[in-house]
Amino acid sequence: MGEFGIGQPVRRKEDVRLLTGGGEFTDDINLEAQVYAAFVRSPHANAKISAIDTLAARSMDGVIAVYTGQDLVDAGVGLLINDANYTNRNGKPMHKPTRQVMPVAQTRFVGEVLAMVVAETPAQARDAAEAVEIDYDVLPAIASTAHALDEGAPLVWPEHGENLVVHWEYGDKDDVEAKLAAAHTRVRVDLVNNRLIVSPMEPRSASAEYDAASGSLTVYTPSQGGRRLQMMLARGLLKMAPEKVRIISRDTGGGFGIRSKMYPETVMVAFAARALGRPVKWRGDRSETFVSDYHGRDQINVAEMGLDASGRASVLKVETLLNVGAYLSENGVRLPMEGGGRIIPCMYDIPDFYFSVKPMFTNTICTDTYRGAGRPEANFIMERLMDAGAKALGMSREDIRRRNFITEAQMPYKTHLGFTLDSGDFDGTMQMALDAADWTGFEARRAESASRGKLRGVGLATFIEGAGSRPVEGMRMRFEENGDVTLFAGTYSHGQGHETVYAQLVNEFLGVDFDKVHLIDGDTATSPETSNGTFGSRSSMVGGMGVKRASEAVIAKGRKIAAHLLQTEAERVVFENGVFRAQSSSVTLAEVATASRDASKMPEGMALGLDESVVFENDVENFPNGAHVCELEIDPETGILEILNYVAVDDCGVILNPFIVHGQVYGGVMQGVGQALTENVVYDASGQLLSASYMDYGMPRAAHMPMMEALFNVVPAKTNELGVKGAGEAGACGAPPAILSAVGDALSHIGVSHIDMPLTPEKVWRAIQEASAVKAA
Amino acid sequence: MDIEVKMTVNGKAVSGKVEARTLLVQFIREHLRMTGTHVGCDTTQCGCCVVHVDGVAMKSCTMLAVQAEGKAITTIEGLAGPDGELHPMQQAFRDHHGLQCGFCTPGMVMMGVDIANRLPGADEKTVRHQLEGNICRCTGYQGIVEAIMDASAVMNAARS
Repeated sequence: MGEFGIGQPVRRKEDVRLLTGGGEFTDDINLEAQVYAAFVRSPHANAKISAIDTLAARSMDGVIAVYTGQDLVDAGVGLLINDANYTNRNGKPMHKPTRQVMPVAQTRFVGEVLAMVVAETPAQARDAAEAVEIDYDVLPAIASTAHALDEGAPLVWPEHGENLVVHWEYGDKDDVEAKLAAAHTRVRVDLVNNRLIVSPMEPRSASAEYDAASGSLTVYTPSQGGRRLQMMLARGLLKMAPEKVRIISRDTGGGFGIRSKMYPETVMVAFAARALGRPVKWRGDRSETFVSDYHGRDQINVAEMGLDASGRASVLKVETLLNVGAYLSENGVRLPMEGGGRIIPCMYDIPDFYFSVKPMFTNTICTDTYRGAGRPEANFIMERLMDAGAKALGMSREDIRRRNFITEAQMPYKTHLGFTLDSGDFDGTMQMALDAADWTGFEARRAESASRGKLRGVGLATFIEGAGSRPVEGMRMRFEENGDVTLFAGTYSHGQGHETVYAQLVNEFLGVDFDKVHLIDGDTATSPETSNGTFGSRSSMVGGMGVKRASEAVIAKGRKIAAHLLQTEAERVVFENGVFRAQSSSVTLAEVATASRDASKMPEGMALGLDESVVFENDVENFPNGAHVCELEIDPETGILEILNYVAVDDCGVILNPFIVHGQVYGGVMQGVGQALTENVVYDASGQLLSASYMDYGMPRAAHMPMMEALFNVVPAKTNELGVKGAGEAGACGAPPAILSAVGDALSHIGVSHIDMPLTPEKVWRAIQEASAVKAA
Repeated sequence: MDIEVKMTVNGKAVSGKVEARTLLVQFIREHLRMTGTHVGCDTTQCGCCVVHVDGVAMKSCTMLAVQAEGKAITTIEGLAGPDGELHPMQQAFRDHHGLQCGFCTPGMVMMGVDIANRLPGADEKTVRHQLEGNICRCTGYQGIVEAIMDASAVMNAARS
């Protein structure tokens, strides 16, 4: 409806405060009489802790308390848990070591929190943290994904006897091997999916205060929704009643998956605030977040595909190694199976599939969900295989994809591991991207680059996602006396613009002015009981449908009240544009809301008020998909790669606000560009993190991309009434394979077949040099 | 040993006693309790803390408070008009979706104003290069670059 309804490029409500310094990020909040925390972190990747001496630290100026792991054990603080449950084919369960908030006996990664100092000022806390003396017996460590399963590798959990968490398998290996051997053409790719630092711009932080009189604890922290954190902190860790623990996130500076997790520092700040009866505040340094925020990706994949002479693929084998770090984080170990595995073979119809996943422990911080959470890895595998298949058969990259796409006629289409794809026009979406990028005119541009001594390539990647995970979410709608409408959501906007989009939906469904709709999220005291938060590109569906369901309930109730006011039957009342009408008489929604507060104006037996609280529940996700084309140029003299043109075509179903969805695409693509070109986590052999600051870790900058073109091929989702498909993670799925495809196109004629990400100038230059040397020999 | 510092922040004279090691950003955030200027790293890479010192963009995490003695500081809170009217750069960020989570935004906007002041009419490549010292993880920079170019034109027109 109108300029603020569904599909309109409405400017964001949240912008004015964020643009004028009015944001309220966790470190912006100061509590009366607060004291400050600093953490002592392990400098070793693997070491027995033989003694912790806190005496000197305790006697320093301003120091209020020093806590170690033993204090938590003594106080009965619980463990950080993981509830994954995979088994080996022989029935042996996965290895699930326990994780203490601060370990007492042994540290297993650099940066692990071993002690906490609380002092009157941040500087005093820091100074005293340096005075905590810890005696270590340093042990050999292992950080390498490629070598952690080697015979004789140092063991992270020696009592387990190996670093393998579990060997999880799907499908019949022998049968798939036989079919691969019998295939007309068999292609193989060996891929490193590089480990990444997630790096939302707001460093991790937490503040907590405890009210002894009521026994209630309030924790301020960046998050992706507080309800799950509240349950974990209350029930599992601090052994409090959940209603006595409140989690507040006012503004959060980016999430990308890692903010939905519980971290030791958050537990410690809350613990200390309760123990000391004073508010405790901590803001992590960027260096601290580098070593202790969960990392992303870190897989090694070997995949093989068998094709017939026409390019039709019929058999697929994927073997995945996943580095989970020193412990099991909440979701890390699940990602190849439940994140990526459910979507494999992605857009393609491949009947035979064997899948092996070997998650492994290493002496590194845990990996966990990062934008896409398994799906970028899955799509990367399939897209590299398709390019390899095209090359082996001498086909074009678009033709081999076309030959294997799941078609709309095949939908609903069930994937091997249990997704049911409902909609998508894969060929049409790809064609839009090819057309927008002038794919057929490329050779002339390649020749032009060649005339300048540059190697030009064009790449294509298609991808599909599963979005909207855990599709259960509550939504509350409250009618204010001044006619405003307030939504209380358990989803939590940390950059996605929910304040704007939900207001558009209320405007669309109820005709309430966009400016009169408000959103309150990020507070467990007011959010719906049933709430999971914002992750996995779920909020457009679960939050949007929550608004729709609440609106429908309000209209149903409103029709009864309007009928009473207009002295007719509810069946005769229609609701349109914010007005209830029965023939020539009418009453507005605002009038109905006012009447609903007055028993004398209400139908008999109806409860007062128009407010609604609903739970939207779905049994299925939605499946955003798309096609990206990347064109780039490589300078063979320096290995420097420049992206010249980038086209992204996305099918994210019905677009609620194109302005915001474009932003999601641009941001997702840039994170994919970062993974492909500059970002890489490097641990040395002893488990020291070498890429531990923005000086050493290549965050993508503005100059890494030209203006990109983002287009939509709207195919409404059939899995929800809004027709939406989550838009948040698509870009990160499409960009790495599109870039690798382009580099392959630029360099294959000189004999370079594959370069592992990130494609730094040095790596590209070396690959060119080595290929040239081979050619010359 | 505390040292007395005096400076002007957003046109207002301020003073305070600070430790010698206090950074300008700490003085702004912790002493003045103006929290629009953010701290996103500890190695002067991210640019979340950019303010103007005597009209020039400066990373306030890379300057001691005592070095700002007698200087005129402008922070994100001082950019909009007295009646709350957004500065053309702020307006352009809104119009081009140049922000998502909003954390890098104050630094980006202050840097954008500086770019527009120093390099009126800068082309896209120049603007992208000038943003080398400002990191954004959400937007992919596209809206930011568009906003700076757009606001730069508006500011240019207002000057002539």
